[in-house]
Amino acid sequence: MSASLSENKEVILETKDLNVFYGEKQAIHSISMQVKKGTVAALIGPSGCGKSTFLRSLNRMNDFVASAKVNGDVFYKGQNLYSKKADPVEIRSQIGMVFQKPNPFPKSIYKNIIWGPKINGFTGDMDLLVEKSLKRAALWGEVKDRLHDSAFDLSGGQQQRLCIARTIAMNPDVILMDEPCSALDPRSTQAIEDLISELKRRYTIIIVTHNMQQAGRISDETYFFHEGHLIESGDTKMIFTKPSVQMTEDYITGRFG
Amino acid sequence: MSKTNDSLTGVINLGNLDSKPSIDAKRKAKRKMYDKLFYRFCQGTIFFALVTLVVLVVHILMSGLSWISLDFFTNFTSRFAERAGIKAAIFGSLWVLFLTASFAIPLGVSAAIFLEEYAPKKLWVQWVQINIGNLAGMPSIVYGLVGLAVFVRYFNFERSLLAGSLTLTLLILPIIIISSQEAIKAVPLSLREAAYALGANKWQVVFLQVLPAALPGILTGVILSISRAIGETAPLIVIGALSFVAFTPTNIWDEFTVLPIQIYNWASKPQAEFHELAAAAIIILLVLLFAMNFLAIYLRQKYQRYKL
Ligand SMILES: Nc1ncnc2c1ncn2[C@@H]1O[C@H](COP(=O)(O)OP(=O)(O)OP(=O)(O)O)[C@@H](O)[C@H]1O
Ligand SMILES: [Mg+2]
Repeated sequence: MSASLSENKEVILETKDLNVFYGEKQAIHSISMQVKKGTVAALIGPSGCGKSTFLRSLNRMNDFVASAKVNGDVFYKGQNLYSKKADPVEIRSQIGMVFQKPNPFPKSIYKNIIWGPKINGFTGDMDLLVEKSLKRAALWGEVKDRLHDSAFDLSGGQQQRLCIARTIAMNPDVILMDEPCSALDPRSTQAIEDLISELKRRYTIIIVTHNMQQAGRISDETYFFHEGHLIESGDTKMIFTKPSVQMTEDYITGRFG
Repeated sequence: MSKTNDSLTGVINLGNLDSKPSIDAKRKAKRKMYDKLFYRFCQGTIFFALVTLVVLVVHILMSGLSWISLDFFTNFTSRFAERAGIKAAIFGSLWVLFLTASFAIPLGVSAAIFLEEYAPKKLWVQWVQINIGNLAGMPSIVYGLVGLAVFVRYFNFERSLLAGSLTLTLLILPIIIISSQEAIKAVPLSLREAAYALGANKWQVVFLQVLPAALPGILTGVILSISRAIGETAPLIVIGALSFVAFTPTNIWDEFTVLPIQIYNWASKPQAEFHELAAAAIIILLVLLFAMNFLAIYLRQKYQRYKL
């Protein structure tokens, strides 16, 4: 995707001076960034640099970490997620999340998909929803004959795609993914990468990855984090070919990290 | 997750990797021997436990089995061993079981949910938590005294089924709370996060995901503690449950007896026939307890179809 094309797009998610603390320790230092609608943003950086922390502050999943404190602002379609009026439950139904380790519910494949929509009051055709979501997650073919089996009978890669399907079923605007492929074999990884390229037409995706090739292949914009700071960000091609900061280049080329 | 990984790297010092670590054969053999010894030790303890159990059961079966007949179930107790039965005790025990369960389960499980999911992490909550632990270890007779003072005297429930069941409720409440808490705690964080990430609110996460996942554990705790209540004698004697009852209770205000009290009463009589009757009643009590334990296992299996 060319830089000019993504420039025309509207900003869907924006952070301004975002700081996150765990107790006394600061994990995210004053990060400001913008993600445009319909793009894939990759967050990269060495282990422990705060990628997960940052990602989780975008849909208020850090609310569940007792010691975590967020200050600064996150705007989603212009609405401040950390204002008093903001409803984190509502936010999470629009900004979905896929975790590093697949975490399907201890229920059937079918029920995994419909759980989110059901508790959010969806009353449409459940069968259709299940089929559509599984098809989009490239899992339909493998499970269509055993929709009512336990999700735990699936392989790790299939479970992860089920978790993506479950997220898609909510029809969110943004999908946050925290190293979704780290536990998967190359084939499942390939399936998920294809899926992300497919999905970005409808959704905005922010993905954390340790795999530079993957970031290069699937993302439009890349954000390089180091020790809680956003060191460099921009068009993925630019970052991977002519980074302006030496540290970014060192990291991407594998000289440290 | 990533946090633990971080703390691992750097801490482990592998030393000089060039020199091959040498574990000499003698130490290897010794380690193997310890392994075997421990295995034998475990085998020995289970053997000891089993033998004790078998001896007890066989002894009871031999002295009690011949007294079990239809009359044994349909007769009330009597001064004459040949005419004595456990009708009142069986009915009393079933009433107590039902009442205690219907008080203790909702109370205990709700308290566990509150403590695990809703209670603020404040000092007073910790204090409550510690005291629940202490209560679980309290001798049962203390509960009898509390029941006597509170339910029998203060609330004027007298020696009714209600007073007895409430007393036993107090007795098993701490156990139900603690075991339910453990079951809730064992539900992985990732399951909660998955639910929250789909726009669930706390209520939905707790009641639609956490509780069903914790249910097998909760049920096991509940059933085991209720079977404890069924076997209790001391607190009921303290609150004045009768030992000679020639009627079946019809409502919660009636006086009552239960199997363990009947057994205690018969066992303390001088005549040998009554000792055999006691053994017969013990057999019935054991069957009841076994049935409840099997129920616990069955329910756990059933609800564990989707393993976590
Ligand atoms: N719950 C927590 N309590 C305290 N500190 C935490 C917690 N979670 C993360 N941290 C710290 O915050 C920093 C950022 O962690 P984070 O998990 O966001 O890193 P990351 O970039 O996702 O790393 P990785 O690539 O290994 O997943 C680390 O120093 C970590 O130790
Ligand atoms: Mg991480």
